[in-house]
Amino acid sequence: MALTNQVTAAAATAPPAAGAGTPRRRRLFAREAFWGYLMILPIAVGLAIFYLYPIVRTLYFSFTEWGAFGGYTWTGLENYRALIGDEAARGALLNTLLYSFLVLLGIPLSIALAALLNVKGLRGVAFYRILYFLPVITMPVAVAIVWRWIYNGDFGILNFLLSKIGISGTSWLTNPDTALISIAVVGIWMTIGYNMVILLAGLQSIPPHYYEAAAIDGAGPFRKFFSITVPLLSPSIFFVTVLTLIQALQVFDLVFAMIMPTNPALPRAQSVVYLFYQEAFVANDRGYAAAIVMALLVVILVITLVQFRLQKRWVHSE
Amino acid sequence: MSDLLRTNRGAETAPAVAPVPPRGTRAPTTRNGVDRGPRARLWPVHLVLIFGSLIMVGPFLWEVLTSIKTMAESTQVPPTLLPEVLQWQNYAEVFEQLPFGTMFVNTVLMTIGRTLGQLVFCSLAAYAFARLEFPGRNAIFVAFLAVLMVPPQLFLIPQYQIMAGLGWLNTLQALILPGMFSAFGTFLLRQFFLTLPREMEEAARLDGANPLQIFWHVALPLVRPGLLALTILTVLWSWNDLLWPLVVNTDPLRMPLSAGLASLNGQYDTPFPVLMAGSLMATAPIIVLFLVLQRHFIEGIALTGSKG
Repeated sequence: MALTNQVTAAAATAPPAAGAGTPRRRRLFAREAFWGYLMILPIAVGLAIFYLYPIVRTLYFSFTEWGAFGGYTWTGLENYRALIGDEAARGALLNTLLYSFLVLLGIPLSIALAALLNVKGLRGVAFYRILYFLPVITMPVAVAIVWRWIYNGDFGILNFLLSKIGISGTSWLTNPDTALISIAVVGIWMTIGYNMVILLAGLQSIPPHYYEAAAIDGAGPFRKFFSITVPLLSPSIFFVTVLTLIQALQVFDLVFAMIMPTNPALPRAQSVVYLFYQEAFVANDRGYAAAIVMALLVVILVITLVQFRLQKRWVHSE
Repeated sequence: MSDLLRTNRGAETAPAVAPVPPRGTRAPTTRNGVDRGPRARLWPVHLVLIFGSLIMVGPFLWEVLTSIKTMAESTQVPPTLLPEVLQWQNYAEVFEQLPFGTMFVNTVLMTIGRTLGQLVFCSLAAYAFARLEFPGRNAIFVAFLAVLMVPPQLFLIPQYQIMAGLGWLNTLQALILPGMFSAFGTFLLRQFFLTLPREMEEAARLDGANPLQIFWHVALPLVRPGLLALTILTVLWSWNDLLWPLVVNTDPLRMPLSAGLASLNGQYDTPFPVLMAGSLMATAPIIVLFLVLQRHFIEGIALTGSKG
């Protein structure tokens, strides 16, 4: 979720204090340690029970097969073998990757919007920011319900508007060719405001003297944008790309609320987490579901690590 | 120890509040070069931004308009913009289709419980990680960070097993409990504590205060912006959370609004205007909160780089 934060976290971790010397200092140190342990105790217990133990447990479950009455037996790598041969799982992974890629296309849009909001002397920036941010804070289920209605093939407003310009629409969410793209459009709609705000903060931190120097050298607005703005904004672009991808790879709410179980587009629209939910809590095949979510962990880690590797090539650092 | 006695280098220059990204409002000075253009030249920019705003706000307006139409009118082609007769009873209908009041209370209690839990537990631990020395501190902190690396769906099956084992499925505490503990919140608040100058805490220490007293009386009041950011994030995340409630509480009387709406949405015969009315009522409290605290919302969420 907050992978980028961890980098700063590692850097910010204070160096360990020098060992205690005199008896008095040692006593003080022991007292401080007592308070330290006391203060982290509640959350350490909570995290251990509800987060750390579950990591180990899920890994273990991914090597088990679950019976109809809740018992489970060790089956080794069987779930993973099944996963590789499972067409639904492969489909869900491809859908999720495609969805994530499509949602990434919202980032250039966010950059353009942030650049517009950063135009000198523009009024109403705070107002625009509120409007663009509204979808970010709205409950995804509620968002999905509205868009289901907009996308409706028979009486949705989208098809009505399209008919005005001579395009005949489709039943967007039940047509297997358009369902995933339609969901991704909503995904973009929900993330654009967030990315825009981060990128705008990045733009505002670019020192004006770069532009002044470029202006003296006779650079035009496009030259300035690509030679100054983009490189200096690249850390922010990297940040929103990593975050958007991690979140898009975990998409569930939108798919769950927009694609009903009887929807013919389901195989072409279901995401990995959707499949995980179905296997774990509808089909009660928890061992297999655990393998699915472990695979998702690997996918997310690999994609994020690759991004951090590639970062050196394009992200500008001072 | 030596670490504690050393004064904070940045303290002289840095204010005692955590860094917040710059506001959206513009400084009057020259920025970003292009130093021409009276206001009149900005209309194309406004045109694009207004067009974008329509796309952002349009679905909400359409939702409001649909929510006060009859089913027949809402499915009319071509659609009407304004309803012929206002159908406010669609809002009453939501209460007949769902135990909406109970779900609302469940959502509020879940949100308050998780938020209070995180504020207390995360701030305590965050202070200890930022200021106190104890063996194994860094190792424990790294274990906390490991939680952040993992997609949260990975915790679901064992969390569910724990709740089932305790006989807590379909209870309020099942909704609240795991969400009271957050590695992210601890990390976030730790960053805020680290930016505080140490002098005031040192003074309290010399007066004989213990770390808990210093935390409570001196440090905590100084990280209010961090507490506010964490509150906003946790409220938003709890209010909108779907997957966990869907898993643990299948009894409609124990569901929060998100799961209730999803179940209404899943019924084939629910009239769309009623669904719209339900969605609006479920999201209205957060939207109102957002409009009241908008700057804090946007900055809090932007600052932390997470939607929860």
